Amino acid sequence: MSPVLKLLLEGSTLTPAQMAQVLGLSEDEVLREIESLKQQRILLGFRPVINLALEDAELVRAVIEVRITPERGGGFNRLAERISRFEEVEACYLMSGAYDLLVFVRGPTLQKVAAFVSEKLSTLEGVLSTSTHFMLRSYKEHGFLLESAERENDRLKVSP
Amino acid sequence: MDASRFIARHVIHLPRSGIRDFFELVARTRDVISLGIGEPDFDTPWHICEAAIFALEKGKTHYTSNLGLPELRRAISRYGERQFGVSYNPDNEILVTVGVSEALDLAFRAFVNPGDQVLFHQPCYVSYHPSITLVHGVPLPVPTYARDGFALNAEALRDAWQPGAKILVLNLPCNPTGGTCNRAQLDAIAAFAREHDLLVLSDEIYAELTFEGEHVSIASLPGMKERTILLHGLSKAFAMTGWRIGYACGPAALIEAMMKVHQYSMMCASIVSQEAAIEALTRGSDAMLRMREQYRRRRDFLVRRFNEMGLTCHVPRGAFYAFPSVAATGLSDREFALSLLENEKVAIVPGSAFGANGAGFCRACFATSHEQLLAATDRIERHLQQLRSKEPLAAEP
Repeated sequence: MSPVLKLLLEGSTLTPAQMAQVLGLSEDEVLREIESLKQQRILLGFRPVINLALEDAELVRAVIEVRITPERGGGFNRLAERISRFEEVEACYLMSGAYDLLVFVRGPTLQKVAAFVSEKLSTLEGVLSTSTHFMLRSYKEHGFLLESAERENDRLKVSP
Repeated sequence: MDASRFIARHVIHLPRSGIRDFFELVARTRDVISLGIGEPDFDTPWHICEAAIFALEKGKTHYTSNLGLPELRRAISRYGERQFGVSYNPDNEILVTVGVSEALDLAFRAFVNPGDQVLFHQPCYVSYHPSITLVHGVPLPVPTYARDGFALNAEALRDAWQPGAKILVLNLPCNPTGGTCNRAQLDAIAAFAREHDLLVLSDEIYAELTFEGEHVSIASLPGMKERTILLHGLSKAFAMTGWRIGYACGPAALIEAMMKVHQYSMMCASIVSQEAAIEALTRGSDAMLRMREQYRRRRDFLVRRFNEMGLTCHVPRGAFYAFPSVAATGLSDREFALSLLENEKVAIVPGSAFGANGAGFCRACFATSHEQLLAATDRIERHLQQLRSKEPLAAEP
């Protein structure tokens, strides 16, 4: 794995210039590497990881277990890709087990998310059933713990 | 009346650790970026903490055997074979202690008669010299040099040796220098130890954090196991400093002697920490290797930056400290560290805290985040520029 990608995966918020310093590369090399990762569609984009509870965002999130009919030739892909294109869909995975797709959706209100499921998702041809679970509270997002209080830093400043 | 009349003479004359002094200065300064720590910035991997919580739930709240939990000693034995290439019998050749610090103290108390001479290489961990003094031993420091990457060289050992010297303390990789010895260098030291019938106390707490080449334990060399106490612990590689678990491995008779002192003083290490240590040694290597990878990258960065800004710094082959020379600034290590703390609020530890020939160097720990390292090195660079711009002024009459 490229050192630039490794650093990004750790959640680094360093600027390209700082990444260059840390990795012992030139800034140009870092920028070229990022560009090449993008072109290869390995690096798709960046998103901040946010504690939504504190941000007071009007946001309802749900995961939906979806059973679908596989199609001759295309398997699950055609329908999965179609579902993925909805704006409300954050993530979509093909799963082993009791259902086929696990779909992460978000919307401004519970009603909007419910409407998406009942009007858009479950009415698609090939969708056999849906089972929707609303998220109540988040404890960890993308590797970051959402501790309620700032943890006290009681480490010594100098130690042997 | 002066209460100090009650204090033993050899304790009264024992100097306070230079680190302790410096710590108090840093504690009084706000918003410090500290490269003065001697521990990982990572928290203990969670699966290890879980093992400790589970141990409490199971009611593990009692004393353990003086030697330590049998299961832990078996885990240490298996780990030792893999990591150090030496095999120790968990029944009588392994003693679990409260950190390597206790193990060292036990060894000095068990093996040093008043007046016995103890060789150790310097600059070194702050405890060696005072611990030898506390048992009325005679410390014989052996200098190591930046030109050797602070590896201990057998010639220097030969020069420092005195007739009758009994013990040689090794700390490879070394705190504060990051120096360590390759197999050939260690062979020469081992030959010297055999020739002069030295007992070797080998503090290998940083063994896993060896970045260049393999870590070689002196205990694994021919004819050395029977004259070596191998000291190791969980603090550094497994980010478990606060758990206080170390251990000593060696010939049964010597472990028995150390155990006697241990049983009358400490009794046993905390059972919860011992349970956590079992988890770390048996299932902790993935997390350990991830942390090591981080340290290596940070080391490369910090050493490069020091050299770029004109503070000559050898590449530490192990541990997590850079040990640059500050001679180019024209200041002593202590003056430099103090002025840096005062002007730029970056804490590094003056090398003289680690013994006489640490003078002229400073210890900077790279077990901290890239963000902190970037900010700290920028501040150090600014401080150096400031010092340079002042130089001509100082030369005026």
